[in-house]
Amino acid sequence: MSATEGHPQTFAQKALARSAGLPSVAIGQVVDARPDVVLSHDNSAAIRRIWQEFGQSRVLIPDKIAMTLDHAVPAPTTKHAQNHAEIRAFVAEQGIANFFEVGRGICHQVLSEEAVVLPGQVILGADSHTPHFGWMGAFGAGIGRSEVAVLWATGELWLRVPESMQIVLDGSLPPGVSAKDFALRVIGDLGADGGLYASVEFGGSGIAAMSLASRMVLPNMMAEFGVKNAYIAPDATTLAYISERLVRRTTRQGAPLAAEDARTLVAAGALYPDAGATYAAVHRYDAAALEPLIACPHSVDAVVPVAQVAGTRVQQAFLGTCTNGRLEDLAEAAAIVRGRRIAAGTRFLVIPASSEVLADALRLGYIADFVDAGAVIGVPGCGPCMGNHMGIPAPNEVTISSANRNFRGRMGTRDADIYLANPAVVAASAIAGKIIDPRHLDAKSVVSTSQAVDPYSVINHQ
Amino acid sequence: MTIISGRTWTYGDNVNTDVIFPGKYTYTLTERAEIARHALEDLDPTFAAVVQPGDVIVAGRNWGCGSSREQAATCLVFNGVGAVVAASFSRIFYRNALNNGLLAIVCPAAVAAIAPQETITIDLARNEIVCKGGVFAFPPLSASVLGIVEAGGLVPYVKRKVAATS
Repeated sequence: MSATEGHPQTFAQKALARSAGLPSVAIGQVVDARPDVVLSHDNSAAIRRIWQEFGQSRVLIPDKIAMTLDHAVPAPTTKHAQNHAEIRAFVAEQGIANFFEVGRGICHQVLSEEAVVLPGQVILGADSHTPHFGWMGAFGAGIGRSEVAVLWATGELWLRVPESMQIVLDGSLPPGVSAKDFALRVIGDLGADGGLYASVEFGGSGIAAMSLASRMVLPNMMAEFGVKNAYIAPDATTLAYISERLVRRTTRQGAPLAAEDARTLVAAGALYPDAGATYAAVHRYDAAALEPLIACPHSVDAVVPVAQVAGTRVQQAFLGTCTNGRLEDLAEAAAIVRGRRIAAGTRFLVIPASSEVLADALRLGYIADFVDAGAVIGVPGCGPCMGNHMGIPAPNEVTISSANRNFRGRMGTRDADIYLANPAVVAASAIAGKIIDPRHLDAKSVVSTSQAVDPYSVINHQ
Repeated sequence: MTIISGRTWTYGDNVNTDVIFPGKYTYTLTERAEIARHALEDLDPTFAAVVQPGDVIVAGRNWGCGSSREQAATCLVFNGVGAVVAASFSRIFYRNALNNGLLAIVCPAAVAAIAPQETITIDLARNEIVCKGGVFAFPPLSASVLGIVEAGGLVPYVKRKVAATS
């Protein structure tokens, strides 16, 4: 992409200018954006009730609406079931093609797998983790329910063009250290409001070396940093993945796009910031210096090395969510639990982020590894992340989780502690029955799955 | 609307939406009174029973971080809260508040000066907060955002536009 003459632009400037139909926009300018995709989920029935106040019989933008049922699935109560039923009726009435049923998975994962969102597009969603789509170079921002209702009715919404911040990762991550640890390092260093209102652009060789699944962790976690959106430049791998998925979806939906046309369309939409664009701050990290980290109760920025809280008893370990419920997360965890047993007094809950992740994990034997180790497998979706069902902790229990939030009461119980870490730490802690750095699990202690195990014997205490 | 006067409820930094309105209620509670009853449930269990119309929440940095759930703002509106004054707001809460006609005022100096349970006055015409600790100016809302607040929120504001164009 060539620089806008004389005024180098950030990604956010370019994406919002295109969305508002303007040649260029200034930082701080308020624009009327017309997003390409408008996301909602189990909250869609509540949004419909707001939308009805506009007196329309048809939404203005049925083709831009994407909906999943993921936050409380399958319905845990009659009220939740009624909520889902209302949404299905609305979807049928309005002819919404991009609707994904109970069990398909978490909105951010599913819309990525289905290429409902494309690089360079703007997606606004009634979900705070909508910055997720920055992994492919899209502009994703969370909004409220009323704002989604307004978008259904009018197709446009005011947005302020944010300041941008660069976060650069140099080098490659050491074994046992993941994108999650990098995200926790940034949030721990700069605070839960360190990126307030900002557009965060990631860069550096450490990002380029990451798998697509690992890249997804970063913009997703930036919601806990206060950002408006986050961005990773789409490379050849990203563009190829999205193009393939676009062909697959359009074929399933009966209007197949040729592979060549999909590649052209996806590449043409991608946006890249100009050299010399304006950044409010630049933060550099050396990947080699990172280590496994953990966010302690009850704040995502209460970050310490795992070693510092090692030994804390856990009653529940939860692997899943839009942050860390993908195949590579399950692969890493499966490798740790394989041939071992979950500690007595600890439950291990594994919830794949999507049906596709579940199917792949079944084929690769990971699900058998988990079940053999004594884990519980849940239906693809958000699970107990926000306290609706399927793994609510008891008062005074401790959960270690691969999710993104550990606020008091987040998982449905006020007086329960939540620690956040990477999938390997979660899996190792499930085996140990206490928080542990997986690099300290003792190989000698690997036992056959039929053996009864003293929960503490498998740990090589430091 | 130009003068808000009420008692203050003071809270700290990074108060998140899970303690303002727990996620477990988000798909099942739909009535105003029910939503109001759970306001600040996991932060200050006394709040919902005692808060009076016109009272003002005074908070530190990043009030309302976390979820996009709009009930974090509406549970305060349904209790008659007059305004939230904070050192800073999470961006989604800020939008949700203004979109529901709830004033969200950024004024770190006033936050530092205001004591719990004191009566303060917010003058919207003068963009000033008057409290025992002094008089503090805050930046005025932009004309378009003020229009949304004055219309009673985003939905009534857009309703007029939709009606005018259809």
